[in-house]
Amino acid sequence: MTLAHFLAVNPPYWVETLTKIGIGLVAVLLPTGALVYLFLFKMMSFMQSRLGPMEAGPYGQLQLLAEFGKFLQKEDIFPSKADRFVFAAAPFVVLVSTFMLVLVLPAGPDTHFIDLNTGIYFAMAVSSISVIGILMAGWGSASKYSLLGGIRAAGQLIAYELPLVLSVVGVVIMAGTLNMKGIVAAQADFGVWFIIPQFLGFLIFLVAIQAELTQPPFDMPVAESELVTGYLTEYSGIRFLLFFIGEFATAAVFSAIGATLFLGGWTIPFVDANAEIMDYIGPLVLAGKMILIAFLIFWFRITYPRFREDQLQRLAWKFLIPLSLFNIVVTAIFKVVF
Amino acid sequence: MTDMTADLDINNSEQLRYIAAQAADARVNVELETEGMTLNIGPQHPATHGTLRIVARLDGEQVISAEPIMGYMHRGYEKLTEVRTYPQVTTLINRIDWVGSFANEVPFILAAEELMEVEAPPRAQYIRTALFEMGRIANIMLFLGDMAVQLGGVTAIFYAFRDREFVLNQIESVTGGRFHPNFNRIGGVKDDLPAGWIKETKSSMQKVRDFCDEMEDLVVGNEIFQSRCRGVGVIPADVATSYGLSGANLRASGVDWDLRRDAESPLAWKDLDWKVWTHPDGDSFSRYWVRLQETREATYMVEQLLDGLPTGPIMAKVPRIIKVPAGESYVQTENPLGAMGYYVISKGELTPFRVKIRTASFSNMSISPWLLEGVYVPDIATILASLYFILGDIDR
Repeated sequence: MTLAHFLAVNPPYWVETLTKIGIGLVAVLLPTGALVYLFLFKMMSFMQSRLGPMEAGPYGQLQLLAEFGKFLQKEDIFPSKADRFVFAAAPFVVLVSTFMLVLVLPAGPDTHFIDLNTGIYFAMAVSSISVIGILMAGWGSASKYSLLGGIRAAGQLIAYELPLVLSVVGVVIMAGTLNMKGIVAAQADFGVWFIIPQFLGFLIFLVAIQAELTQPPFDMPVAESELVTGYLTEYSGIRFLLFFIGEFATAAVFSAIGATLFLGGWTIPFVDANAEIMDYIGPLVLAGKMILIAFLIFWFRITYPRFREDQLQRLAWKFLIPLSLFNIVVTAIFKVVF
Repeated sequence: MTDMTADLDINNSEQLRYIAAQAADARVNVELETEGMTLNIGPQHPATHGTLRIVARLDGEQVISAEPIMGYMHRGYEKLTEVRTYPQVTTLINRIDWVGSFANEVPFILAAEELMEVEAPPRAQYIRTALFEMGRIANIMLFLGDMAVQLGGVTAIFYAFRDREFVLNQIESVTGGRFHPNFNRIGGVKDDLPAGWIKETKSSMQKVRDFCDEMEDLVVGNEIFQSRCRGVGVIPADVATSYGLSGANLRASGVDWDLRRDAESPLAWKDLDWKVWTHPDGDSFSRYWVRLQETREATYMVEQLLDGLPTGPIMAKVPRIIKVPAGESYVQTENPLGAMGYYVISKGELTPFRVKIRTASFSNMSISPWLLEGVYVPDIATILASLYFILGDIDR
């Protein structure tokens, strides 16, 4: 959906770019806020038999704003031996990877930022940029806990990048395209969402994004009972907040990618996927499906204890990768036979 | 540009940099040099829940050696008891193991009663034993949740805090204190049970058993929990006894030793029908499992005690001003954390002459250098959590 549709004029290039940046920020921050509020604060509280935020605003609705205010007021501390530039830049690198992921997410037949032919490939590629940010944070903090956490994170993210990509390959084979909109359209043509034929791929995808997000049971890099909070230990104030946004925004975006790949993206059954109306209700449908997957992610997060580093690597290399290769082979055979 | 064959000019930084780079390459080519790292865990660290400090020498993520350094919270209770009268001492020693405090008072009171040759009446003994076991339940419930937190599963601790309230409320309604009851007197207990307490306690014991079932599902049955705990921090029976371990840590190594059954005690354990749980493995998982079974067993013990509660007075005849005759006595009981004993020396005055407190956590921690050698950093948290210490019990 270009701006020209709304304004019936052709705006200059810079206006369009700025508008897209503005919409992009909103597109990342709103779902993030919803996720943090709904899941981190409320769903987890209810599962853990507590109330969660109740005081800030009606039913604790403004808690998130209160947290923002709190973090903004705090002192921006640099450890005395820190590599100042690396330390300061690390949270932005993590955030950049998240924002770039949003670029290729389609939310309607014409509602998207960029319609890349290699959309899912691009998404998988930019998602691994966050590793660099985490390594920078671990190294730049000049703290032993941070260093251990950063190195654990790097090892883990690289290991789980593979099952993540391989689990997506099954979907790509079925859809016959790397374009995200093409994948959504293929699901509409196929009749059922890809979660049914690609159920194994969906499970591997869920486990892999859980690890990519470094959430329990894969939160070894931030294991608070051993490493305090790993690579986040030395961060405070606004930089911590950026990491925090990055973590939940990435959770939101990965859930949305999962919804696009396996749950049919913006489409709803028995409604024409390319109808004009889908441009407006498509984002809402996508958000609903995103919340569904995020629910699973956060449910695992608070139920399971964490893996040890070696067990986690063993799970990735000896179990998930062979399993996803098997999934690819089976999918390919079915694709050729039928 | 400089000619590399020319004489070395120490003011030429480019030349020096070139030489340094060559030297670095040579070093890497000979062998990949690695050096160890010393990680200082604590005194302010979440895994130590308190102020324990562990200096670990690491090679990568493997621990080469670990040394616990205790004493950051030493409060000098042994010395302080010397300037308190006997009834005042219980207020102090409540604070040793602060989550199961009732059990701390009992061995001291028993030691003083032994010196005075007084025995509390049977009803008082039953009330004491019931509250002792409830202190054990309150203490170990916290462990059951905390161990999962140390392994990353945060939810269990909230359930533990929620369900522990049922027990703490019952303790509070008898003694007036949730954590520090200060309820024992030499020769009996302070008050009788309030009306309706027995019925309420029985229903809260049922809730504790429900909690145990929940933990069995949520924690023990969890495959990740099992893979993190099984075979981690194995203590063979002979090592356990030679390091002076006690309590569930010892029983998890397969040593069938429980002071409640094996020691002569005026408390009511001998009248009950119960079982000492042991586990042959000696790893972190078995320590968790034994404690879980003990909690469940303790709820049945409390119910039996309340069913068989004798009638009669709750205080023996003791003088208004307590002067303990000269002598020495040592009484040890099976406390939530393990064997706890008080060696009391009296010179016939209002205050003890000297009190030596044997706490279980101090002895249990002494095995940690042996146990932590060669494990990985994540297992430090598992092992420390499974040994279950309370900082106040280490540094009294």
